[in-house]
Amino acid sequence: MTDVPWHSYAENMTDATVAARARDLVKTYGKDDAEVHALDGVSLDVMAGEFTAVMGPSGSGKSTLMHCMAALDAPSAGSVVIGDTELAQLKDKELTRLRRDRVGFVFQAFNLVPTLTAEENILLPLSIAGRKPDPDWYQQVIDAVGLADRLKHRPNEMSGGQQQRVACARALVGRPSIVFADEPTGNLDSTSGAEVLSFLRRSVDEFGQTIVMVTHDPVAASYTDRVVFLADGKVVDELRKPTAETVLEHMTALQQRAMSTSPQEH
Amino acid sequence: MLKVTLRNLAARKLRLILSAFAIVLGVAFVAGSLVFTDTMGKSFDNIVYGTVSDANVRFESDGQAGLEMESVNLDARSLPASLVDEVANVDGVERADGNVEGQGLFVVKENGSLLGGTGAPTLTFNWNDAPNSAGDQIATISSGKIPEGPDEVVMDERSAENAGYEVGDTVSMLTAGPEPQLEAKLVGIVEFAGGGLAGATLVMFDTPRTQQLFLGGQDAYTTISVAGEPGVSEQQLVDRITPLLPDGVEAVTGAKLAEESKSLINTVLGFLNTFLLVFAAIALVVGTFLIVNTFSILVAQRSRELALLRAMGASRRQVTRSVLTEAFVVGVLGSTLGLALGFGLAAVLKAIFGQFGLDLSGTALVFSPRTVIVSYVVGILVTMVAAWFPARRAAKVPPVAAMRDEVALPEGTIRKRLVVGVVLALLGAALMAIGLFTDVARGPAWLGAGIFLVLMAVAMTSPVTALPVLALAGVINRSLFGTVGQLATENARRNPRRTAATASALMIGLALVTTMSVLGSSINRSIDAGVDEQFTTDFLVSNAIGQPFSTTVAEEVAKVPGVEEVSVAQTVVFGVEDRNVYASAVNPATLARIFDLTYESGRAPESTAEIAFNESMAEQLGVSTGDEIELEFPGTTLPATVSGVYADTYVVGPATVLVQLVDEAGLKRADSSLAVNAEPGRDLDTVGAAIEEAIADVPTVTVQNKADFAEAQRAQVNQLLYLIYALLGLAIVIAVLGIVNTLSLSVIERTREVGLLRAVGLSRRQLRRMVRLESIAIAILGALLGIGAGLLFGVSLRSAFSEEGITHLSIPWVQLVVFVAIAAVVGILAAVAPAWRASRLNVLRAIATE
Repeated sequence: MTDVPWHSYAENMTDATVAARARDLVKTYGKDDAEVHALDGVSLDVMAGEFTAVMGPSGSGKSTLMHCMAALDAPSAGSVVIGDTELAQLKDKELTRLRRDRVGFVFQAFNLVPTLTAEENILLPLSIAGRKPDPDWYQQVIDAVGLADRLKHRPNEMSGGQQQRVACARALVGRPSIVFADEPTGNLDSTSGAEVLSFLRRSVDEFGQTIVMVTHDPVAASYTDRVVFLADGKVVDELRKPTAETVLEHMTALQQRAMSTSPQEH
Repeated sequence: MLKVTLRNLAARKLRLILSAFAIVLGVAFVAGSLVFTDTMGKSFDNIVYGTVSDANVRFESDGQAGLEMESVNLDARSLPASLVDEVANVDGVERADGNVEGQGLFVVKENGSLLGGTGAPTLTFNWNDAPNSAGDQIATISSGKIPEGPDEVVMDERSAENAGYEVGDTVSMLTAGPEPQLEAKLVGIVEFAGGGLAGATLVMFDTPRTQQLFLGGQDAYTTISVAGEPGVSEQQLVDRITPLLPDGVEAVTGAKLAEESKSLINTVLGFLNTFLLVFAAIALVVGTFLIVNTFSILVAQRSRELALLRAMGASRRQVTRSVLTEAFVVGVLGSTLGLALGFGLAAVLKAIFGQFGLDLSGTALVFSPRTVIVSYVVGILVTMVAAWFPARRAAKVPPVAAMRDEVALPEGTIRKRLVVGVVLALLGAALMAIGLFTDVARGPAWLGAGIFLVLMAVAMTSPVTALPVLALAGVINRSLFGTVGQLATENARRNPRRTAATASALMIGLALVTTMSVLGSSINRSIDAGVDEQFTTDFLVSNAIGQPFSTTVAEEVAKVPGVEEVSVAQTVVFGVEDRNVYASAVNPATLARIFDLTYESGRAPESTAEIAFNESMAEQLGVSTGDEIELEFPGTTLPATVSGVYADTYVVGPATVLVQLVDEAGLKRADSSLAVNAEPGRDLDTVGAAIEEAIADVPTVTVQNKADFAEAQRAQVNQLLYLIYALLGLAIVIAVLGIVNTLSLSVIERTREVGLLRAVGLSRRQLRRMVRLESIAIAILGALLGIGAGLLFGVSLRSAFSEEGITHLSIPWVQLVVFVAIAAVVGILAAVAPAWRASRLNVLRAIATE
């Protein structure tokens, strides 16, 4: 297995490397009285080769954090670094290129272009960039995702789980330094969800892929290496080697704390 | 429900403005045509009513055919001056004035060119102060004095100004009579009681001078204006005058004369109105596609909302009605704007016609209630009919769809469309055939209806016919632009119905343009072929608009050194069995030495009692060699024997007679064209220049060689063609709007997809290219379908008209390729705004799932 492509890739990514770094991120919406702090000074290091979950109640800013870190949205203040690139300095064209070449995405829904086949969807970022896939790596991803026989199908001929696995394959095939997944199992039943999560887990274990996943599902979070908890636009807690039970405990604790600090909400 | 409807309208202003724009343009054309023709009618009414007297004595004429005849023939008949006195002595007649109307006079501008030229005519009269039926003096001198003596003349103000003359200047004029050039001092400015002259030039001499110029100096008149004493009705006047009149002369009341003139004018205006309204109809048909499409997309976007309304208890009918109410509001807005724009369009038309000499500046634009009613009815009806199809589909959205994520509107099957399309095509072809090949009344209407049905059939079936074109576009796009190209084509193919409907709007415009260009190119080719075959003369001397010129020109040309032969021809019109026939009066001996007419049977006429026809005319009249017929001239009827039938040709009219017949028919001699041959061995350029020199002082005539002649003929065809292209351009503008609309809506519909593509790394530029390529694919699809249909129409019309002289088929391939290129450009332009919008979409909002 020494000359398998992902192997050399994984070797460069020792546990000590930071794949993405957020510092003092602030994101506000609205003005004056109506001002809402979606992010209120978030700092977070995403370690390379780790599967990180971002959790928190709705309104905690988890999606905003992901959007800012993934170069989809610009923070009001603070900095985001992916690898060694400071995003704040980039123009739209360079951001586009960064997303295309160094970031992978999996969304909750509407992940595929309906007019393209599964295979074409998987290769979309590469073909937009005008690059050819590495055939070995492509084969490995296809095998891992378990869709070799459905490559010529269009999205509407596939189940939700299959579609989401195609989306995962698309995120991985360009060998991005980091993959962001926004509630990837939110629209799926538990069996399909498990398929997708197992695949993401395997891509971290076997290929050394860095993944950040936003979720509110403790079961989904239990597939990860590390869970970061957000509340009111701040990082409030962190958990390593999570299980569904420990995640749930932390969440319950967070919720109780939130209720005791702001009793007027109930 | 009404509230929901209005909210929807307000929320989608831009969309609806775009689709309303199609209605605006269509209605503007309808309103513009009506306002303009009303204005023209009013202007002519003023002239007519300002110039008729209580009773009018004139030569009998035969309705409209007679009027047409009089406008071409130079009538030599006259009423003796004694008749004026007799009429004046009739009981109840206050006064009678003799008028001399001269034909064929032109004013030469100060700079030596011709005044009026190809535009409105020059009216020449003797000056008198006869009153019209309202009691006002028909002609009044607004400045200067009345013309007296042979060297004085008065003109209308606009003409004097245009020609560069002021009172006191010497005016040069040309006549078709024995005195081809004359000069007179401008002593006054004259105007008609009716106000304007619609661009015509009015020239007046004193009575003796007019008689000298146009009636050979005899003391006679062409008409008599009679004014009655108070209390005597027009009819009483006519009844009392009639017994005095010789055969062939009649008295008519002012009311009848005005009615006749008006009905002639209305016929001409009717043609113009129909011509303009045809284009209005085309614009509206194209607009209909745009509206159907816009409403379909709007309904599709709102299907979830509509389902929600249904779930909450709205009935199907309420949903349909809410969409139709939207359409109604759009129709009202569009019609209102269209009406306003139409008024502007009429002003523009007025200005354009003014440029061509039909000056209507004396009359304000006429805004009749009919125009308003027709505009609103047409605008609202078209919008609502167009919105009816999407409205019905909207009602079919099941209530449960409100709970679903993706809502697909129920669609009719493509197969049904195919069947209906084929039936329509067959029906259309049948109507076209009836219009073209049978003698049915109103043939052009049948033909138009047939073409319309075939176009509808092409539009109906275009979702199917589009597939191979789009597949090809896919291959090309993919190989040229990779994934972006593929995405673009897939987008175009995703909803073939929508793509095809969008393309159909362009298809209709281009189908008609292609038809015209095939016909135009074939006509030009036929002209060239005809000229090649039959223009065997070295030079042709003629007047650009067929106005006759003095026979002295022929004498001058004959004297030019190097000229061997001059063959004269005068165009005359006479009736044969109630049909007006345009004939060339020629000298057959010299004609035969210059032109090579092929006689299918018989021979050329050799006496004034003989006539030869071309094949088409002989067929139309149902006559053949040896038949005895009668030629009805304005004042007399002459018997003639058909001496022969010759092949159709451009160089002489549909009939030829001897030039001596002109005198026998009571007409004046003047030439319409001269065929000139140089002596063998002479340098043609030198001879041509010498002829030009000889006729330089008669700017009414020009000398042309073969190339000039063919070019002049082609120029006439091309001028008409360009006019039609310009009007069809309107349909293309609407089609472009359609593409803009569809693309914008598609982009909005695919917001999330666009966001996804941007998220995975599609650059703004690539995204814009994607939209642009989709647009080009739609435009080229429309162009190809349109050119295909247009070729079909053009080729079949050409073969149907081959008997009428379009003998050769010529398909302007280069032009057709240019059309496709233009369509591609149209596609690029149409994509500018939607592509920009797509590239500015907020990536986050686009993919946000909530």
